[in-house]
Amino acid sequence: MNEDVDHGRRRLLTAATVGTGAVGLGVAAVPFLASWQPSARAKALGAPVDVDASKLEEGQMLKVVWRGQPVFIVRRPKMVLELLGGHDEALADPNSNSSAQPAYIKSSGAARARHPEFWVGLAVCTHLGCSPLAAFEPNDASQLSGVDLGRSWPGGFYCPCHGSKYDISGRVYKAQPAPTNLTVPPYAITADAHIVIGVDDVATIA
Amino acid sequence: MAAIPENSGSGDAGGLLGWIDARFPLSKLWREQVSEYYAPKNFNFWYYFGVLSLVVLVNQMVTGIFLTMNYKPSAAEAFASVEYIMRDVDWGWLIRYMHSTGASAFFIVVYLHMFRALLYGSARRPRELLWIFGCLIFVMLMAEAFMGYVLPWGNMSFWGAQVIVSLFGSIPVIGGSLVEWIRGDYVIADATLNRFFALHVAAVPIALIFLVIVHLMALHEVGSLNPDGIEIKQHKGADGHPLDGIPFHPYYTVKDLVGIVVFLLLFSGVIFFAPTLGGFFLETPNFEPANLLQTPPHISPVWYFTPYYAMLRAVPSFAGTQVWGVLVLGSAVVVLFFLPWLDHSPVKSIRYRGTVYKIALAIFSVAFVILGLCGMKPPSGVYPLLAKICTTLYFAFFLLMPWYTRLDRVKPVPQRVT
Amino acid sequence: MCRRTIRLVACMSAGLAALALTAGVALAEEGESYLHAATNIRDTDSLQRGARAFMNYCSGCHSLKYLRYNRMAEDLKIPLAELSANLMFASDKPFDDIDSAMPADSQDWFGKRPPDLSLTARAKGVDYIYSFLKGFYVDKTRAWGVNNMVLPNASMPFVLQSLQGLQKPVFKNETVDGEAKVVLTGVEPLLAGSLKPEEYDQFVRDIANFLDYAAEPIKAKRLSLGIYVIGFLLVLWVLAYLLKKEYWKDVH
Repeated sequence: MNEDVDHGRRRLLTAATVGTGAVGLGVAAVPFLASWQPSARAKALGAPVDVDASKLEEGQMLKVVWRGQPVFIVRRPKMVLELLGGHDEALADPNSNSSAQPAYIKSSGAARARHPEFWVGLAVCTHLGCSPLAAFEPNDASQLSGVDLGRSWPGGFYCPCHGSKYDISGRVYKAQPAPTNLTVPPYAITADAHIVIGVDDVATIA
Repeated sequence: MAAIPENSGSGDAGGLLGWIDARFPLSKLWREQVSEYYAPKNFNFWYYFGVLSLVVLVNQMVTGIFLTMNYKPSAAEAFASVEYIMRDVDWGWLIRYMHSTGASAFFIVVYLHMFRALLYGSARRPRELLWIFGCLIFVMLMAEAFMGYVLPWGNMSFWGAQVIVSLFGSIPVIGGSLVEWIRGDYVIADATLNRFFALHVAAVPIALIFLVIVHLMALHEVGSLNPDGIEIKQHKGADGHPLDGIPFHPYYTVKDLVGIVVFLLLFSGVIFFAPTLGGFFLETPNFEPANLLQTPPHISPVWYFTPYYAMLRAVPSFAGTQVWGVLVLGSAVVVLFFLPWLDHSPVKSIRYRGTVYKIALAIFSVAFVILGLCGMKPPSGVYPLLAKICTTLYFAFFLLMPWYTRLDRVKPVPQRVT
Repeated sequence: MCRRTIRLVACMSAGLAALALTAGVALAEEGESYLHAATNIRDTDSLQRGARAFMNYCSGCHSLKYLRYNRMAEDLKIPLAELSANLMFASDKPFDDIDSAMPADSQDWFGKRPPDLSLTARAKGVDYIYSFLKGFYVDKTRAWGVNNMVLPNASMPFVLQSLQGLQKPVFKNETVDGEAKVVLTGVEPLLAGSLKPEEYDQFVRDIANFLDYAAEPIKAKRLSLGIYVIGFLLVLWVLAYLLKKEYWKDVH
């Protein structure tokens, strides 16, 4: 057996080799972990959806699918838009502090939209996921059969499953089963009234 | 049951390790199997292939699991799902190439690992069971590779499966029903693909893991042999350890690391620069989807099966049945199991055997490689005759071994390793 | 290294060399000899030209169903605007696969549905594609008036005729297996096309190169990644070897 063992050299070489090997293993792990990212096909299927909203009439609503979820596109009647802001005390979260929406939506205040005339939001009730119904007529408590929306209904959405009420910007009223406002996805509006859901900016469409 | 005292067990380790050791033989396992497992100090090149087999096995399992996350095991979707992995899944191409290269690497490494046994007598007493477990691993590996090759559902996958499964049809009386039972349909179909997937991904890997564990247990029970073919446990020192032995850790952990890195260099070279290796590792007809109406110009199995395929084709039809070729093919693998009892030489290692064995082994090796070449070619020209000759030589190596190993002139075997 | 090891290594090398030679000879007999395409997967300009040529001349009938437009644009460095304007059908989105205009029942139009070409370069090789596109010749017995040297009785019309012109077959009388036979040995120019022969060769080379890319889009990237992987492993090898040598001073 070798009597003069250079322990320092052994420690150094061991550390260097094990260290380099560990780096290699770490780098080798990256492809495996990265393979879990959405694939090109998932990205293709989840790609932005381009909707031509120019032909929508006032009070009309479109429902499209983006990333497997239904999305409302509403051309809001002017009358209802004017009533916005007049019922903030009745809302649970008028400033959208606890709901999910892009920054530019939150900063648009009561309108919760990039352009006040069009409202875009996920048609998924934040209670248990049902699809809310349109109830855009202001002051019409019985526009939905069998439902009493109340005397000063300013126009909005009503969820038929457990009765959650939202205003025309998807903001939930107080004391509803639903905890937060309807989610707004990222979207952009082009000059010719095309709404592209899934991007923040039309230039980034790929 | 006695009360478990604090910090008992190893007596050396405190803290977490001590806690574990009192409940599970962790330190004991490490000492007995690794840091105080005494292996002969004269291991050479041929002794890398055991650990390399383990490395490749781990590679196949990890890459295989990740492939299964995106692969679709149906006749309608399989081929497209492989292209999906190659193109749409981030880094999917690398995982796929690691798996396909690994399959061929597995056979290179295992063939060399088995060859070592022929060089140094590693199958001989008291390692017969070790050898038998190894042969079982080999058989499982062949099944695994065969089924794995069907999964991409390329044209060669389909036609290769068609040919090999119909071999079983040559068995008299039960052949036809047997083939239908294997296929689950009247032709190689979706049902066949699905069951091969289940076997390839779950059943055979479980069997392989079990067999590898008992293979290593059998090895550690007797201890490793060495290139001089002598038993190092016959000469122990005052401390009870073999004089010619060294602890596996750190000496062989550190040496095997070098071997593993060299292997990874060759492995990566293929993956990144030549993943198809000229059609040997990924066959060109398999880049076309399975087509029932169009057979590839020649159907031949992947390179690692070609020696056996050549033997199958070398045997002519007799008494109206092809079953003889199938029997010869089967026997070629079965004869391996009997090696420990066929070798009657008084010495184990080729270093101390005479010229007869050296010539026999050389002939066997060359015959096996030539068989492999024959298996790749269509059965015309000189190849059928060559295949017949080499098949005979292959079997002669084993069946005549009791005789020629006894008459071979051996050299005196040293007491200690050289 | 001791003498015995050197002898062993020498014998093995000799044996391996002999086997390799035999294998090489044996395997070289395989396969037809096609014209050499001499493509370069790293030549992005060639790939771009090939993509354009494919879209203009081939994609009417042949799909590339495993390749997406946006992947092609990214790998070939084609700007998105250019992609939409010149290389895609109007109804396609960038993330779609490259489909052809052929309807599902086009089997009857040509006798055979024009195959998808996503993997042709891997299944048949670039040289095959190159030779195929250069191998059309006049044959009045065929439905489209042309036949192909590489794929006899091909169902495909010669869509590049305006570029290459027309070729005519050259037959020779040969004795095959003791029988006198007329064998097709080559082609000769008959009518000139709008491209000079070298220009047509390059045109076709670009298409073959593009199809080589389409068959394995990751090829160029894996070649460059490989250099780094090998480099890293070489460093690790040196370290592991030094470590082994250091510890093995204890032994013997």
